[in-house]
Amino acid sequence: MNGAEAAAKCLELAGVTTVYGYPGVAICPVFDSLLNTDIHTVLVRSEANAAHAASGMARISGKPGVCICTSGPGATNLITGIATAYMDSIPLVCITGQVNSDLIGGDVFQEADITGAAESFVKYSYLVRKASDIPRIFKEAFHIASTGRRGPVLIDIPFDIQNQEVRKFDWPEEVNLRTYKPTFYGNPMQIRKVVTALENCERPILYTGGGVHLCQARDEVRAFSEKFNIPVVSTMMGIGAMPSKHPLYMGMAGNNGNLAANKAINESDTVILVGARIADRAVNNPGKMMANKTLIHIDVDPAEIGKNAHCDLPIVGDAKAIFTELLKEEIHMGDMRGWTTELQTYRKKKSRRVTPDKYTDPAYFVQKLSSAMDDNAVYVADVGQNQIWSCANVIMREGRFLTSGGMGTMGYSLPAAIGAKMADRDTQVVSVSGDGGFQMAMMELATMNQENLDLKIVVLNNSTLGMVREAQKFSFGERYTMVDLNGGPDYEQLAKAYRLKYLKIENNDTVDSTVKKFLRTKGSVLLEVIVDEDGIVRKGDRK
Amino acid sequence: MKRIFSVLVENRSGVLSKVSGLFARRSFNIDSLAVGETNDPDVSCMTIVSSGSKQTMEQIEKQLNKKLDVIKIKSFENWQSVTRELILIKLRYNKSNREEILSICTLAGAEVVDAGKRTMMIQLCDTPEKVQMLLDLLAGISIVEVARTGTLALQRCVDTEK
Repeated sequence: MNGAEAAAKCLELAGVTTVYGYPGVAICPVFDSLLNTDIHTVLVRSEANAAHAASGMARISGKPGVCICTSGPGATNLITGIATAYMDSIPLVCITGQVNSDLIGGDVFQEADITGAAESFVKYSYLVRKASDIPRIFKEAFHIASTGRRGPVLIDIPFDIQNQEVRKFDWPEEVNLRTYKPTFYGNPMQIRKVVTALENCERPILYTGGGVHLCQARDEVRAFSEKFNIPVVSTMMGIGAMPSKHPLYMGMAGNNGNLAANKAINESDTVILVGARIADRAVNNPGKMMANKTLIHIDVDPAEIGKNAHCDLPIVGDAKAIFTELLKEEIHMGDMRGWTTELQTYRKKKSRRVTPDKYTDPAYFVQKLSSAMDDNAVYVADVGQNQIWSCANVIMREGRFLTSGGMGTMGYSLPAAIGAKMADRDTQVVSVSGDGGFQMAMMELATMNQENLDLKIVVLNNSTLGMVREAQKFSFGERYTMVDLNGGPDYEQLAKAYRLKYLKIENNDTVDSTVKKFLRTKGSVLLEVIVDEDGIVRKGDRK
Repeated sequence: MKRIFSVLVENRSGVLSKVSGLFARRSFNIDSLAVGETNDPDVSCMTIVSSGSKQTMEQIEKQLNKKLDVIKIKSFENWQSVTRELILIKLRYNKSNREEILSICTLAGAEVVDAGKRTMMIQLCDTPEKVQMLLDLLAGISIVEVARTGTLALQRCVDTEK
């Protein structure tokens, strides 16, 4: 057995079913070895999308996604995907080929110091020095990626190491890293303090982040909210923790959030933050906003607690484990009806249309689309105006909402949707992009076809980079530059070129019927939705 | 505030750059850095002196703890520790200032470790403050070269005996 065969065996032992990647000579031994396994290999069309697809798969399956690329440009192209996963704490194991060990540092063909270049975007990285280390390294990599605060782990394997003989394949039963022991269970004393804090508060809220999904704590968090009648607001990454129409759900908070959610934060006296990092877009001026409140911060990463706002009561650990404990507690809370009813009145204020009738109103479209989707469907938003319109208007039930929240990587939606679909082919997956982000990822339509996937793809077309144009409108005196996308493709022809069905919505009149047809049609469909280039996401009070 | 971090790390290639890279990426200051193997050849000790707000000092410790090559961190303030720096100074001298230089050396506790006809080398191993004092005293003398280690520090014995 050589290093490459050992790597393939490790992937099997780790329970990997699918890997995304792009070959080059330096990684050929690994792909060759995968031919002898049941692992399905998916050739993407650009390396960053291998990581995005692995990310989409990881977020739905709950297991680390795997991508494999070659050395040099393959590895550097992958970096954006790795960084995107890192910012959203998505578990990935990324494998790259490397030039021969004795040539490292010689600036030889397709050599890149990928462990060095990716250092600030990975949870950990390995440059494999001898093939016999491969089983231990892979075992550790999957453990590190999928425990504690999830994140990408990189394994860089030189070509000669892939071909080096492994005399004894020693797959460790357990991982024992003296430097890595993430806290899983919450400290019981701290949990008791939460009980006391809740018994002494009048206006508590739960503020859910992406961590709720990452440790699959959705049911526990919902049960806790319902049991004690505590209203819930969400960050962008936390969307889906509660169904949109749940009486205790107040929506997404923050710059782009809605009134009820922001009121809930402003007027609360106790905030239980779960798996959220008080990011700049979620909480504007956290110091000010969290002042005069009791902040209870539940996070698996102690470094996030107290990083962006003061914290009164930290609990380090896994949200699922902590809420399981909290649900066992008897908490004698005051009557929450007044508080929840007050917030519910804000929620009833209807969202206004943002564009004239000549075009499709994106808010209306997202509402109609998400209402018509399956209860457990996956909605994958890209980055930009489409993302903000999606967050603000998507109607979630039991499904998932995926997007690149931390990094804001354009072109995430289509490859992530591919990965999400491959994690569960029975689930309806809808990718929503703007025409800018879509053109960064549309080469992956080929990957989708090659894998016979049934994806529903929406392109909100305004022939401009809407988010940047909006910034130029308000902050640069309407001096528009670098935002015109008029050179874009004819989407009907594009759909034809990729053998996809094509639908188009010009204005609000046909939204209802076309959305239904779009979702009902068997096989992948490209839906072009014409939206106004002057459409804006910002609200009146934003500067 | 100033704080000293005594960081035990896995003695592997690339660890120094990972740790210093963390400081660069998160805009933490490094006032001084000294690295060396410990009595365990698998473990190195990095002594990092940093300054900033209390919150930043807390973040440094937490972020360092997240690095998988970091085994253990102790952080303490100057008064809680014994600190040392080593400095080597090569000076140009002549008959008229030779006595002055030697008296500064006596005053600071520095010693002459090498000498030629026009230059001499002195060394001092003392606290960072004393090392700085020596440099200040030598202000009027023509200094050819200086090599100075980062601060080394260990927590005072009374604090570690528990």
